[in-house]
Amino acid sequence: MAPLPVKFKTKEDFLSFKQRSIEQYEKNRCYLAVCGDTGCSVQGSKNLYDQLEIYLRKQGYTENVKLKCTGCLGLCENGPLVIVYPQEIFYQRVEPEDIEEIIEKTVIQGEIIERLLYSDPVSGEKYIYGRELPFYKSQLRNLLEANWKIDPGSIEDYIANGGYAALVNAVTEMDPGAVVEEIKKSQLRGRGGAGFYTWVKWEECRQQTGRKFIICNADEGDPGAFMDRSLMEGNPHSVLEGLIIGGYATGAQEGIVYIRAEYPSAVEKLKLAIDRAEDLGLVGENILGSDFNFQVYLSIGAGAFICGETSALIASVDGRIGEPVQKPPRLVQNGYLGRPTVVNNVESLANVPLILRDGAQKYCRVGTEKSSGTKIFSLVGKVNNTGLVEVPLGITLREIIYDIGGGIKEGKQFKAVQTGGPSGGCIPASSLDLPTDFDQLSSAGSMIGSGGMIVMDDETCMVDIARYFLQFLADESCGCCFTCREGISRLLEIVKEISDGSAKPGQLELLKELAGVVKDSTMCGLGQTAPNPVLSTLRHFEEEYRAHIEQKHCPAGVCRELITYSIDQKLCNGCGLCLKNCPAGAVTGNKKEPHYILYDKCDKCGVCTTVCRAEAVIKQ
Amino acid sequence: MKKAIVLGFEVPRGPDGVSIVALLQAIQDKYNYLPEKFLRRAAREMEVPLIDVYSVAKFYKSFSLVPEGRHQIVTCTGTACHVRGSEKITEEISRTLGVEVNSTSPDGEYSLKCVNCVGACASAPLVIVDGEYHGNMTPLKAGKLFAQGAKGKTAVS
Amino acid sequence: MVNMILNGLDISVEEGTTLLEAAKFYGIDIPTLCYDETLSPYGACRLCLVEVGEPGKAKLFSACTYPVREGLIVKTNTKRVIDARKMIIELYLASCPSSKKIQDLASEYGVTEVRFTPKNDECILCGLCVRVCEEQMQAKAIGFIDRGVNRYISTPFERQSEDCRLCGACMYICPVCQARCQGPREEETICNACLNISPPCLEKYDEAMCYMDPCVACELEKEPDE
Repeated sequence: MAPLPVKFKTKEDFLSFKQRSIEQYEKNRCYLAVCGDTGCSVQGSKNLYDQLEIYLRKQGYTENVKLKCTGCLGLCENGPLVIVYPQEIFYQRVEPEDIEEIIEKTVIQGEIIERLLYSDPVSGEKYIYGRELPFYKSQLRNLLEANWKIDPGSIEDYIANGGYAALVNAVTEMDPGAVVEEIKKSQLRGRGGAGFYTWVKWEECRQQTGRKFIICNADEGDPGAFMDRSLMEGNPHSVLEGLIIGGYATGAQEGIVYIRAEYPSAVEKLKLAIDRAEDLGLVGENILGSDFNFQVYLSIGAGAFICGETSALIASVDGRIGEPVQKPPRLVQNGYLGRPTVVNNVESLANVPLILRDGAQKYCRVGTEKSSGTKIFSLVGKVNNTGLVEVPLGITLREIIYDIGGGIKEGKQFKAVQTGGPSGGCIPASSLDLPTDFDQLSSAGSMIGSGGMIVMDDETCMVDIARYFLQFLADESCGCCFTCREGISRLLEIVKEISDGSAKPGQLELLKELAGVVKDSTMCGLGQTAPNPVLSTLRHFEEEYRAHIEQKHCPAGVCRELITYSIDQKLCNGCGLCLKNCPAGAVTGNKKEPHYILYDKCDKCGVCTTVCRAEAVIKQ
Repeated sequence: MKKAIVLGFEVPRGPDGVSIVALLQAIQDKYNYLPEKFLRRAAREMEVPLIDVYSVAKFYKSFSLVPEGRHQIVTCTGTACHVRGSEKITEEISRTLGVEVNSTSPDGEYSLKCVNCVGACASAPLVIVDGEYHGNMTPLKAGKLFAQGAKGKTAVS
Repeated sequence: MVNMILNGLDISVEEGTTLLEAAKFYGIDIPTLCYDETLSPYGACRLCLVEVGEPGKAKLFSACTYPVREGLIVKTNTKRVIDARKMIIELYLASCPSSKKIQDLASEYGVTEVRFTPKNDECILCGLCVRVCEEQMQAKAIGFIDRGVNRYISTPFERQSEDCRLCGACMYICPVCQARCQGPREEETICNACLNISPPCLEKYDEAMCYMDPCVACELEKEPDE
């Protein structure tokens, strides 16, 4: 590692440091990138990294073969992932047993290990290089590209790959108004959910005088969304650079990153990044010899979804309970400590350095007219290639789910895709050709939201999904507004009645009426969007609701009160596996003879179905 | 990072000094819960009404006012985990260990909590035991994971 | 002064006032449950909803927390507003039928049916008590605890608070405690009695003294031996 110099005082200081970092980076062309993101660590990548390190040390390869623990490489489904550089050979599902072979064969001799290659689940074709995978080929990884190349802990890696050049250029060559102008030309819209133009917030804040704040909203609370986490874990400096540029453009001298405590690894990476940037004088007083001062603080959330709402977030930073306040007055007039405050999402900020580096014109070429640039989605649920995908805004849901995601798991039928978290909705198969931009998804009753995309197959019950989100919101509402607190509680009550078959006719109409009022009459965004999961599932899957109410039948076989398990007496071979595994003790029968399920004991957990090899358990 | 020492705890500092939330986090980190005497001291030290401190402690999910178990079991109930059956896994763990959700077993051994998405959705459903992530869970696997633990040996994970 | 349009009228009001105060000043009645003019507005009961904005783009806001602004277009009694209020009142009735104030509102708005399972919650979490304790009594003995559907009002650690002087202001200001409706039974939730019957003392005094039945004023007038 290059020795850290004293703080940069001029642009030249930065450029010479950059030159040294590039030389250093080029020298270490031969390295292994091991995905260290939470997604891969769950599958054992941490241990793999440690073992690799031990092996390299033992064999004395440390001089020539470097090791990098990177951020998310994308294809979480097939983790742990290892990429061998300089050839960029893409190995998936790597186990510690594969280490010796990878080093000795691939790294030393350049041989490919067939069994570690990715093979397409449909065609069976094998791929050697990462970028050739269909999963990556259809993507445009402007933001995530760097995750493959850099060690998130190393500011040198980031700078060697073009990082901080945008900031240095902005501070030394541009005035704040010009920075805002460039962001305006780029048409960048907030990636946190609402899709508000970033430049509008910045310009309004720039016009204000006195002490101002810029806050990075890293309270990524939408369940099923993890792109902000991956950006912060994989490339924390890009977020930080965006924040500092934001500070410069708006005239805020204090920046706060509000990050949720559920992301311990991201917190660590960000802390380190801030310290490093301070060491180099990219954060602090008189940045690059200019009169621009900027301090960064980290505020760690304490577990409350509502704190993603900007006014609740500010209350939380201030140490109060996360209760939103009515706007107007808007935050840009009266925000944190009563001062003008801008709140931007992680991904929005990560886009800023890119825009300044490549120019707004180039940035605008990607995406649609009203939604420029790329968007990162976390593609999860019942899809073959789960992972993090980055695509130009405006490509269709079908392209994302089928071309990139490789279709539905186990060849099942696509039913819906849930976007936008608890504020969003479910989009049915008939709308698969909708382009994913801010406006089109809203017209389908959902929204892009932060970018979670949960794919559902025909074994997902839409009433259950509505129940799930309402339960989530009932726990996560702050409880201040009566319509939100009591409204959600009553919506949940009705949906629960529908799911357990006790709903009376007419409940569906009441559900719609109440949902409309909650949407209309609540103060903050959480309450106003809370009925969306109900309204969107009702809009596209009303039949399914009716089946629950009228026929007391759950077509997807999910709602427990409406299903029964039984054993097909002809198929059962009496192996006793279900009896052994049934947690409720509801299975009875003699060995080698067909078994029975005792209905009054059965609590419908479904374990018997998963253990039965004869497929004799029937769910009705 | 900028830090300050309050009541003997190292607390990160914000633009406006130390916030109550940050102080309570430091206390929670050290003791695994928020003892009443510390909440009272925090109120005095920070010169805020006790009710505000108590209110904050009860509002945020990461705070607990009772000591938590020696083993922290967290099941993820994010959407991806939900559609892949996390509810049944939580139930199975609750049954195997005899702990209600969001509570601690009477012997103080296990605390079972649900969180809304830990952001590792590709490996859904997930269970986190003492900070260690276990992905692609099934009720069966979950049962086995804790079967020995329930018999008194702390053989989880 | 700020000029704006209230229910089609051009009005001018003092800067710094809220829509609720402005409407009141012009004699327009907006129902409230969590508002008290001596306390800071909270915007939690959602009854004072009004429509703000250009036709077609208007949104509902709580009037008690919305500051007046030059050129605002405000409507207080549109169908959208009334429908929302009716649903809100129905929700209130279902959760807290023992409040006379809520029963009166139901009568006023013609809410004659409750389609939700009745609950008998005592507290509607309007927060008047929390604010009166803090702002008028300077005590800060009580506050909101927990969140979402589990939210409630209590003292620190749910015990007698050292900060409480037992002044009783919290009970005095409570819209549920101050006047109880004795009418509805648990399974009914709607009383609709007080406001729907003709006040009993009307004939005697040519003016309604109260809406209670039997009329409290009449009862007091009664001779002891009657």
